[in-house]
Parts: sequence; structure tokens; C-alpha cells
Amino acid sequence: MSSTETQMPARRASRRALPILKSVAGFVAIVATTYLGLLAVTFFIGRVVPIDPVLAIVGDRAPAHVVERVRQEMGLNLPYYQQFVLYVKGVLQGDFGTSVLTTNPVMTDIRRVFPATMELATAGTIIGAAFGIPLGVLAAVKRGSIADQIVRILGLIGYSVPIFWLGLLALLVFYARLGWTSGPGRIDVVYEYSFTPVTGFYLIDAVINRDWAAFRDIFSHIILPASLLGYFSLAYISRMTRSFMLNELSQEYIVAARAKGLSETRIIWGHALRNAAVPLVTVIALSYAGLLEGSVLTETVFAWPGLGLYITNSLQNADMNAVLGGTIIIGSVFIAINLFSDVLYRMLDPRTRN
Amino acid sequence: MSQATMTRREWLLTDRPQSRLQARLGRAYVTWRRFTANWLAVVGMLIIMGLILIALFAPLLAPYSPYIGDLAGKRLLPPGAGHWLGTDDQGRDILSRLIYGSRLTLQVVVLVAVIAAPIGLLVGTVAGYAGGWLDAVLMRITDIFLAFPKLVLALAFVAALGPGIGNAIIAIAITSWPPYARIARAETLTVRNSDYISAVRLMGASPWRIVLRHIMPLCISSLIVRVTLDMAGIILTAAGLGFLGLGAQPPLPEWGAMIASGRRFILDQWWVAAMPGFAILIVSLGFNLLGDGLRDALDPRGSSQ
Repeated sequence: MSSTETQMPARRASRRALPILKSVAGFVAIVATTYLGLLAVTFFIGRVVPIDPVLAIVGDRAPAHVVERVRQEMGLNLPYYQQFVLYVKGVLQGDFGTSVLTTNPVMTDIRRVFPATMELATAGTIIGAAFGIPLGVLAAVKRGSIADQIVRILGLIGYSVPIFWLGLLALLVFYARLGWTSGPGRIDVVYEYSFTPVTGFYLIDAVINRDWAAFRDIFSHIILPASLLGYFSLAYISRMTRSFMLNELSQEYIVAARAKGLSETRIIWGHALRNAAVPLVTVIALSYAGLLEGSVLTETVFAWPGLGLYITNSLQNADMNAVLGGTIIIGSVFIAINLFSDVLYRMLDPRTRN
Repeated sequence: MSQATMTRREWLLTDRPQSRLQARLGRAYVTWRRFTANWLAVVGMLIIMGLILIALFAPLLAPYSPYIGDLAGKRLLPPGAGHWLGTDDQGRDILSRLIYGSRLTLQVVVLVAVIAAPIGLLVGTVAGYAGGWLDAVLMRITDIFLAFPKLVLALAFVAALGPGIGNAIIAIAITSWPPYARIARAETLTVRNSDYISAVRLMGASPWRIVLRHIMPLCISSLIVRVTLDMAGIILTAAGLGFLGLGAQPPLPEWGAMIASGRRFILDQWWVAAMPGFAILIVSLGFNLLGDGLRDALDPRGSSQ
């Protein structure tokens, strides 16, 4: 395959240009309709469902003419379809309205809190993949053994445990009783004012600032919630790794490699896992998206100042603009990650290219 | 060879069944054998049967009232004789609250399944059988809902509808049906061009009759597996909503809400928050084990992996 590809690049390119254009157009159409659907649902929740957005802003003791003025300013006297068009226009320009709770534009708030969630989810995914992939490989290689059963039960518990409860217990044991980690929050008050965020990812920022004391503090804050989310994604990643590896290990090229006399280590880690890695990338991307969702509950337990905590705080104060803004952002990231993993899969797996 | 000389097992496993009933019973027997060969699946089934029994006989089993506690003398007692799992901040027996809470858990799970599964089944089978633009539109809507993060969408719905266990059930159901629609559509596509469907069509059956009587029954078994596997997720979502104060409201003994109210005492009276969590964990684990076992038993192709 690779030799013909290099010999006739021009011909192949021209023959493939049209279908690629077509599939790109299809992709764009799918993403656009999905996004529009997302906005339609949040619009429906925000406008049609009975919390009066005007009263939420002016309060229920405002005089009638003020209520009427605000209603007109917000365009709430227009027909629903015009309101929806205005809403979509606003969202596309990054305007989710103003948060009642913080009085900032919702987008400003989200920009402030989002890196915290990203950092937590990234750390969780790294932990989940670092432990989940080897465990999955082990379970597949020693299929049916005690090790396989243990990995399976470990995974099932990960699927079954309420994450907020596990977080509370982890805080109790590792923070309150053993004192191994720091408690809730992202950084200690001692460092909070001397620390200058650059990227918003505190661990990276600490390295950039060469502030090692702060780095240690940030690390001891993130390790507990990140391990928790990591366990959550470990359950999924190890299960999928096992199933992909079983699939690869039953292929003929493995028999050929064995016949050639390759060591078992080479066969498993060099050959089988390399091929299993292609669908695994998709799984890891999807588990990353899942962690963004899991962060809503985890952040609440660990007082982690991210998007999840922002949404739950806003919920408690009936701040619908902030809730829906956060929902749209998480939904958008979901759509983006799905798209990204799809594209990545096509790039990595040559069989999907025609 | 008369029936009298066959054992019941031979009668069930015969490859020449004499009646439709015998064939069905035989199939069920084989599935049952495959299911019970997996001890984890049996454990799961026992847990769920236990949950149902506890929910049914809650008033007989609970040693104390789930709502009225002894505020004067029994606040925050540690687990021990008299109160096996301790008492909470209002002097209520935690075990009794957990026992009554099983009713709420079961109610959530059953209602979500009863609302979401038929919606998914209908959307999926209609889309799959009709094809064309109807299929495209229905599947696009399904994909839009699939693209949402479930918990966050449920949160947004409950935020708008107002907190409460009924609204939590509606919100979870709204976010749960899309996978069922996908499964039902996939099953429909595999049978829609088969000969027996053509035969029914030639006999003049209307599309609705074909979908309702001849396609839907075939989707049921894979749907049951998926719903069972989803039960754990439904319980966790409901508990999460309860924990955030958006699901069942106090003084209802909902397990997630119980964890939330025990959170304040986690450092000194850990059992108040810990015990309901164990209940959630055990029940979700039960559903996951049962679902896994059902999948392996009903779908022999997948059981090799």
C-alpha cells in the first residue's frame, strides 16, 4: 500500500479530493445540526420552562413598568422563533448573558473557571490511562485467571460507585485521618496571592514560575480528585483495552509472530498493543469527555473552583444564564471531542480511509 | 421414545421439540444454564432480588421509623447494638432509612425504564423500518441527545423544572432514551428485509402492525440487557441529583440526599454519609453484574470476550 501511495500521489489526490470534500461537508453539517440542537434544548429549558428570567434579574418586588422594560430589553416580547435566532446569534458571539450571582458576563466567568476543570480532567485521564491500559493488557493476556477477575471487579466497582461519596471518603481518610494530601481547594491560601497564573493550568504555571513550593502544594491538592476521576476512567479504559487486546491476540499475525520466535513481551507490547492503540485513542478521548461530566460532582466535593462547581453554585441560586452557559460549554466540548476522536481514528486506521 | 422415559432435562434439551412451548422452555433453560454458570451474575441477581424484597417488606423489616428520630438521646450514635448502622443528626436510625430508601431507588429505576425504554423502542423501530427522511430526522435528534453529557443535561432540566424526585425522574428519562433508540434501530435494520417481514407485508399487514407486532418483540431482549446495564447509571445519576439537593427532598430517605446531609459530619461521624454510599454501591454493582450476566447469556457471540 505505502509504495503505491508514494508512486502516484497526484492521481490519488485528485481521485480522492471529491469524496473528501463530500465527507468534510457531511461532517460540518452533522456538527452544525448537533450544535443547533444543543442550543435548541438549552433555549427551551431557559425560556419555555416556567422560571421567569425577568423576575430572576429584577427580583419579584420590582414595579410593573421596570419588569416590562427589562422584558423588552431582553427581547422576551418577541415571538419564540425570533428569540431563538437572537439567542443563537448571541451564543455564537460568546454571549450567554449575565450571571445573576457574580454579575459578570457568563462567558467571563467560564473563561476564568474552565482551565481548572481542564487541568483536573487531564490529570485524571493521564492517571486512568497510565493504570488502565496495563491492567487491561494484563487481563487480556491472563484471560480467565485471578488477575483477570480482579481487574474486572475493580472495573465494575468503578462503574458502580457514586463518585461524590468516594470523594468524601477519600478526603476523610487521606486528608483528615492520614494527612497525606491537602484538603479541598486548588491551592493553599499561603500561595494564593503570590502565585501568578500564566496558562491557568496551575501545575504548569508553577513550573514556568519555578515556584517549587507552590508546585508541591498544588500537586498535593490535585492528586486526590485526579486519582478519583482517574479511577473512574480506569474502569472504562481497562475494560476496553482488554476487549481490544483479546481481539488482536486472536489474529493470525500474532501466530506468525510467535512462529517467528519473537518474545512474548515483544508480541504483546510491540505488536498487539500497537494495533489495539488505534481504537484506544478514541476510548481515551471519550473518557476525557466523560471526566468533564464527572467533574461536576467531584468539584463540588473537593471545592475545586472549576466549571462543575460554577454550575452547581449557580443551580443553587437559580442563576439560569450561568447554568445554561456552563451546559453549552460542556456540550460543545463533548461535540468537539467526539469529532476529534472520529477524525483521529480515520487518520490512524488506514482501513477507514476509503 | 415416550416422554415418560425422558428426564425433565432431556425433554428440555431435545433437538426435536414436539411443541412450540417445549421449544421455548428449552431455549429458556439453555439461557438460564448459561446465566447461572456465571457466579458473578448470580450474585448480581441475588442483590437485585434482595433489593426488591426489602422494598416490598420495608415496614416489616425496618426496626425504627425512617422519619421520626429520638432527638433528645440518640443523635449521631455510632454503629452498634440497637442501631446497627448508627443514627443521623436527627436521631433517626440509618438502617431503617436505608430500608425505606430502597423503595425510592426502585421507584426511580423502574419509572425511568418504563418511560425511556418505550420511547427509545418506538423511535428506533419507526426510524429503522420507515427509512428515508424520517429515519434521518429521528436519528439526528437521537444523536443530538447522545452528544449531551447526561448528568449535566439532567441538571439543567431539573434546574428549570424545580427540584423533586418526580422531576428528577423525568429529567433522567429524557436523557436516557437515545441509546435505546439506536439499539432498536440497529435490530430493526437487521430484520426489516427478512422473508417473514415480506410475508407479513404481502398478507396486507399495515406498517404499524409490522412494527408493533413483528419487529418490536425482536428488539426486546437486547433492550432489556441495555436497560439493566443502564440501571446502575440511572441510580448514580439520581443519587448525584439527590446529593446536589435537586432530587428527592428531605425528609425523604433518598440515599444520595442522605449522603449530602451526612457530609457535614464526615470528619467525626463518618457513618452518617458512608452507609448510604455503601447501599448505592451494592445496588449499582448488583445491576451491573446482572446486566453483564444477561448480556453474556442472551448473546453467546459476545460472551467470548
